[in-house]
Amino acid sequence: MVKGDNQSVIIVKNLYKSFKLPHEQHNGFKQFIINFAKRKKGYEVQRVLNDINFDVKKGEFFGIVGRNGSGKSTLLKLLAGIYTPDKGLIQVNGSLTPFIELGVGFNPELTGRENIYLNGALLGFSRVDMLDMYDEIVDFAELGKFIDQKLKNYSSGMQVRLAFSIAIRAKSDILILDEVLAVGDADFQKKCLNVFRSLKKEGRTIILVTHDMANVEKFCDRALVINEGKAIAVTTPSEASKIYSKLNIDESKPVDIPELKKDINRWGSGDIKIKNVSINNSRNVVSPIINFGDDLNIIVEIEKNDKYKNEAYDIGLAIINQDNITVAGPNSLGLDLGTEDDIIMYSLKKSPLQPGDYNLTVAIFDKESGEPFDFYNNAMSFHVVSDKPAQGVVEIGGVWSTK
Amino acid sequence: MKISNIFSKKNRILLRELVVTDFKLRYQGSVLGYLWSLLKPLMLFAILYIVFAKILKLGKDVEHYPVYLLTGMVMWTFFTEATSQGMSAIVSSGGLIRKINFPKYIIVISGTISALINFLLNLVVVFIFMIINGVNLHWSLTLLPLVIIELYVFSLAIAFLLSAMYVKFRDMSHIWEIILQGAFYATPILYPVTTVIGVSPLFAKLLLLNPMAQIIQDARYCLITHQSVTVTNLIDNPLVSILPYIFVVMLIFIASWYFKKNQKYFAENV
Repeated sequence: MVKGDNQSVIIVKNLYKSFKLPHEQHNGFKQFIINFAKRKKGYEVQRVLNDINFDVKKGEFFGIVGRNGSGKSTLLKLLAGIYTPDKGLIQVNGSLTPFIELGVGFNPELTGRENIYLNGALLGFSRVDMLDMYDEIVDFAELGKFIDQKLKNYSSGMQVRLAFSIAIRAKSDILILDEVLAVGDADFQKKCLNVFRSLKKEGRTIILVTHDMANVEKFCDRALVINEGKAIAVTTPSEASKIYSKLNIDESKPVDIPELKKDINRWGSGDIKIKNVSINNSRNVVSPIINFGDDLNIIVEIEKNDKYKNEAYDIGLAIINQDNITVAGPNSLGLDLGTEDDIIMYSLKKSPLQPGDYNLTVAIFDKESGEPFDFYNNAMSFHVVSDKPAQGVVEIGGVWSTK
Repeated sequence: MKISNIFSKKNRILLRELVVTDFKLRYQGSVLGYLWSLLKPLMLFAILYIVFAKILKLGKDVEHYPVYLLTGMVMWTFFTEATSQGMSAIVSSGGLIRKINFPKYIIVISGTISALINFLLNLVVVFIFMIINGVNLHWSLTLLPLVIIELYVFSLAIAFLLSAMYVKFRDMSHIWEIILQGAFYATPILYPVTTVIGVSPLFAKLLLLNPMAQIIQDARYCLITHQSVTVTNLIDNPLVSILPYIFVVMLIFIASWYFKKNQKYFAENV
């Protein structure tokens, strides 16, 4: 943890923000007059942020995490002074540069060079300032001879690199970065990460807005978890990560599991039912696609009939690859899963599954009789991806050497 | 909007880049490029001269009528350009406003400045024709900058008002287009004020209370001929003849206040 002095650079107190959402397109006099005549508001008020409180200390790397639509971008725009709060206080001590989006003000009809000056001016740099930084910017962006071509002829990667290399020159006390890492290729991301590390070393205050917990855990000292416009917690990254992944599980949509009936793919008494099966990776992102070698967490949600609330059960999984080979069949026999929780997770650290398509069978059994409550063949499928080709069923993890 | 902040270093830099960019983009891809800024008023003059001076034979009793006409036209063109570009400035930079916080009035000023640059170039053409036409230069020429400042302030005030209104009411662009068309004929640009006095002296006086009429007539007085009818020499009561000037000053304050009040919500409404 970076220890700055304990001075707060950002203080947010009892912050409220709502938007007026027009019922119909109302950008006109006609609608305005109609609404006025009918004494109708013509809009609905949607509360986006509800009583947010937190502060950011000097030199801190602060994360703001939340799912899409949680209000984190609105919060960010309020911090950046783009929106005005309805109620509450935002106090910012020091200069602040927001990067809601990279390359703000980029014009496709101008050359890279001209865009550098324009974008720089928006960040408060004069031409003279920009001339000093010009070579660094072009070098970092790896643009070289393309710099005098029009921006519209750049690849998207080139544009992002150029924008980012200008952005990081801003010498403000507080930097706000919104999902900056979501763009660019692996090489560029590595570069960004290095920049973050050095910014952190310089003791600058940085606010990172993201839905990727891995970056929060990697860089942040503290994080704010925001959900449905409310601040759920301001806490350590690891704690925030737990809260955030729980939010994701709670809210993830069932994978369209049909009502339990007796057919060749699904059978059982149905007293305990499989409600949802999902997979997430080391970054707690729920996705049926995972990288080779990444952590693999299988999350099964169950639903019990009232009479079976305290019934002990066992769970079994079968991971079947595209050649119909059962790669693994872990089960909970001999373990005590308890009866209180309705979410069961099977975690695989650094999954050895080779790249390919997999089917997952899930079954819940009565612990005593062994009768199936819900036996679900191919409850979901998932994919392991890698940029390296591989043979065989699993990675056995041997080490190569020569003598 | 603190006056001292308007032209702080940071804002000057931004204003400059925005104006430069706008100017670069305007003539991009055209063969003659910047020359168009001079060619357009020349062509306009040729048309006006043929239609109004030669065919319709208007303004026979006005000294140097062709230049008189051109001056009015050039000033009206500036007014139209500055107010229209200023009006759409906020809406068309919506992408910018939603992503970065910077003084919004800079974009409106930038929109009017490109029009101002064009206007100054056009004035060069006016001067050339004055010389060709053998216009005698008066000491009153030194007052021209004051008239130009008034014209600019008036246009900027309207641009501030319209740009803030346009964010909420997109009908504004159409309404303003119609108002401009009407105002064009309510301003003595094509016809000399003397014609109006011949019809109704009261109407002529009312006409000159319109700031654009006052400004254009003052400019013609300074530049071309002291025979030009101005608000001060048509209306004897100085308390009345000062009205258009007062109106312009009041308008810029009202417009700045209105713009300042609304700019907080540009980002969410635009």
